[in-house]
Amino acid sequence: MSGGANVAVLDAQGKPIPLSQRGPASTWSMISFGFWLFLLSDIVIFSALFATYAVLSKSTAGGPSGSDIFDLRSVFIETCCLLASSFTCGLMLIAAERRRLQNFYMWAAVTWVLGACFIGLEVTEFSDFVARGFGPTHSAFLSAFFTLVGTHGCHVSSGLLWLLVMVAQVATLGLRTTVVRRLFCFSLFWHALDLVWIGVFTIVYLGSVHV
Amino acid sequence: MLGKLTWAAIPFDQPIPLVTSIVVVCGILAILALVTVKGWWTYLWREWFASTDHKRIGVMYVALGLVMLIRGFADALMMRGQLALAQGGAPGFLPPEHYDQIFSAHGTIMIFFVAMPFVIGLMNFAVPLQLGVRDVAFPVLNSVSFWLTASGVLLVNLSLFIGEFAKTGWLAYPPLSELAYSPGVGVDYSLWSLQISGLGTLLTGINFTTTILKMRTHGMSYLRMPIFCWTSLAANLLIVAAFPILTATFALLLLDRYVGFHFFTDDLGGNAVMYINLIWCWGHPEVYILILPCFGVFSEVIATFSGKPLFGYHSMVVATMAICVLSFLVWLHHFFTMGASADVNGFFGIMTMIIAVPTGVKVFNWLFTMYGGSIRFTVPIYWTIGFMVTFTLGGMTGVLLSIPPADFVLHNSLFLIAHFHNVIIGGVVFGFMAGYNYWFPKAFGFTLDETLGKAIFWCWFIGFYLAFMPLYMLGLMGATRRMQHYADPSWQPYMIAAFCGAALIFAGIGLTVIQLAWSIRTRERRRDLTGDPWNGRTLEWGTASPPPSWNYAVEPHVHGIDAFWAVKTKNKELHKVAESRYEADHKPHYESIHMPKRSATGFVTAFFAVLLGFGLIWHIWWLVIVAVIACIGVLLRQAWDMDRDLSITAEELEEFDRRHPSLGSQR
Repeated sequence: MSGGANVAVLDAQGKPIPLSQRGPASTWSMISFGFWLFLLSDIVIFSALFATYAVLSKSTAGGPSGSDIFDLRSVFIETCCLLASSFTCGLMLIAAERRRLQNFYMWAAVTWVLGACFIGLEVTEFSDFVARGFGPTHSAFLSAFFTLVGTHGCHVSSGLLWLLVMVAQVATLGLRTTVVRRLFCFSLFWHALDLVWIGVFTIVYLGSVHV
Repeated sequence: MLGKLTWAAIPFDQPIPLVTSIVVVCGILAILALVTVKGWWTYLWREWFASTDHKRIGVMYVALGLVMLIRGFADALMMRGQLALAQGGAPGFLPPEHYDQIFSAHGTIMIFFVAMPFVIGLMNFAVPLQLGVRDVAFPVLNSVSFWLTASGVLLVNLSLFIGEFAKTGWLAYPPLSELAYSPGVGVDYSLWSLQISGLGTLLTGINFTTTILKMRTHGMSYLRMPIFCWTSLAANLLIVAAFPILTATFALLLLDRYVGFHFFTDDLGGNAVMYINLIWCWGHPEVYILILPCFGVFSEVIATFSGKPLFGYHSMVVATMAICVLSFLVWLHHFFTMGASADVNGFFGIMTMIIAVPTGVKVFNWLFTMYGGSIRFTVPIYWTIGFMVTFTLGGMTGVLLSIPPADFVLHNSLFLIAHFHNVIIGGVVFGFMAGYNYWFPKAFGFTLDETLGKAIFWCWFIGFYLAFMPLYMLGLMGATRRMQHYADPSWQPYMIAAFCGAALIFAGIGLTVIQLAWSIRTRERRRDLTGDPWNGRTLEWGTASPPPSWNYAVEPHVHGIDAFWAVKTKNKELHKVAESRYEADHKPHYESIHMPKRSATGFVTAFFAVLLGFGLIWHIWWLVIVAVIACIGVLLRQAWDMDRDLSITAEELEEFDRRHPSLGSQR
């Protein structure tokens, strides 16, 4: 995909040219690399939020702690939705690379629905907390919880919007290289959100059981 | 309809901001009128505002930084003037709430909107040229980065006329910056303008890291890159790793202020020290984001004007990357006094001392490069030598401050103020000035005036010592920072000396403007026709001055460090190189190339970003919604734009090279 990184390139004397001396990389390799950097920067944002959560998770100011309010069953279903959507996202990308339009649309739809289920469950959880009087303004712990989990939720929501845009791009521009490359970046983004969620699930939700 | 915005936001009752506002507004109107009358709009739009050329964007960054330097320095002069007067019983001319805004604005502007544009401007201009490539990895994104920085600048300046600026210091420490203690829009101006420009900086970081790691020309392996590229790589890695922390931290404070969260408040479990930790996790790497590229400039300048390869290239690379990593392990030294245990303080104190080691390696490398060289005393070398003396002194006071017990005495005193001005003026400003004088002929095709350049150096050099040595002494005597008035009249002579120093630096800034104007006026007799006015060593001196938009018609092939020097020395009859290129067997093989078209995306995005920021600051929610939708619209338009490249034919390239026989055509 990233264009023959392992193929030996020879100079005029027939000696192999080291990878670092072969001149500017391909557009694909540059864009995916840049996108990786963006994802890393995004993960740095999450690490700041994780650190804040870790510091403030016991600052409940007399209010509830995580173990008092979290419903792990619902969170487990959420997690399954998101992990499954990552898998279907992979299938979507394979369909796009093979230029199988019907399959692409199908897996994009499945991915979108699974992502939307995740968001739906999260919104239900949040509104339930607020209705029970555990809104984010009630303690530092709740502020940190809503911000960390909510930021991930915002990312997933923007991912859903992005997926809609990508479907529109495929519909209008077809599966040309530029569009497939963007789908590749989208899938990187989507998998990265999975990775962050595994952190959230472990540290926020499973971590609350210990406390 | 207009949220919190009313007529009361305009400072009718405060003569200083009001008069400044009127003068600035008249100035802007005059410039706009001039541009309209002269019919320059089309030119400005096509060649500059919508340009995706990294060199043009670099020049715009530097221009932005110079304008904001004047703005930030006006704040400095007001502060020094106030303190020279306000001793004992005298109140001075600035009321405390105004003085607080001035020192906050001075810090914010000087770091984010002077030093950062200077450094990013130099990187924009020089890095792709030094790498031997035609542009950065993402040219449109580069334009977006610049214009987002400009949006931040505009918002900060708006605060002078509409509303107020933060009174909290440049880093807006809570709980003071929380809504309970800072209910006005000042903190919001500060936070939103930095969020917007910070996004621009992050995109720059991604862009340049990708450019340096993925876009070097043929043969340019990592250890053949010029040192400036290495230090830029380190700075951009730091941007990618550190700026998201700033964004997250400010976002948390904004959540506290806008929707009543409790991250850093006094009550309900909030933890203000968490903010201080997070902000310095960004803040200390930020210092190195600024200084590392300047170290790179000095390395280039010293090697060029000593006529020698840089001493210890490999150790320079290792030292740069060591600083890059260590810069994340020292943040706590900014708040030794805030209650960490002795062991924690001890760890961070020692780490701080260790980071001085690679810096010391660099200083010795520079000294050894000069040793035995035939040094040409040009303006850039003046700045470099001034830097080595001044920065070493600043580094030593830094090591002094890194000892926790000493820091307990000196923290928050004028000694600290003197220390960081010592390294930022002596390092970043001197480095920028060296780079500005060094690369100016490459950018515009004529040199800057040397005599005026040296006068500017002496103004800054002497002015710096006059302004800040008294502050070291006052700090040791116990003068704390951020005071609008000091009761002890025996300190007044020091304050007056410091004011004189500031005035001398101001003369240097004035001379910089004069130097530019004078050099443009006399440009015909200072033309650089060879492309290599300094007898340079790196690739950028091998193309025409100013370079064509494509930089190199044929991608250069590199066989070692100091690639252009190698080309020059390999050919014994230097002057024949240029001609020989057009002999049948040497004539390069020209092929048509693609360059990015100009793009309105950056400017339009920034326009809506300003509306977004303004709406958020003043709680004008409809404007926020409109601006967000518009930004998404711009993004979508960009996503569907499939016609972004401009083709340049082989004949055009060949024709340009024939008219500008630059490579190796040496005096």
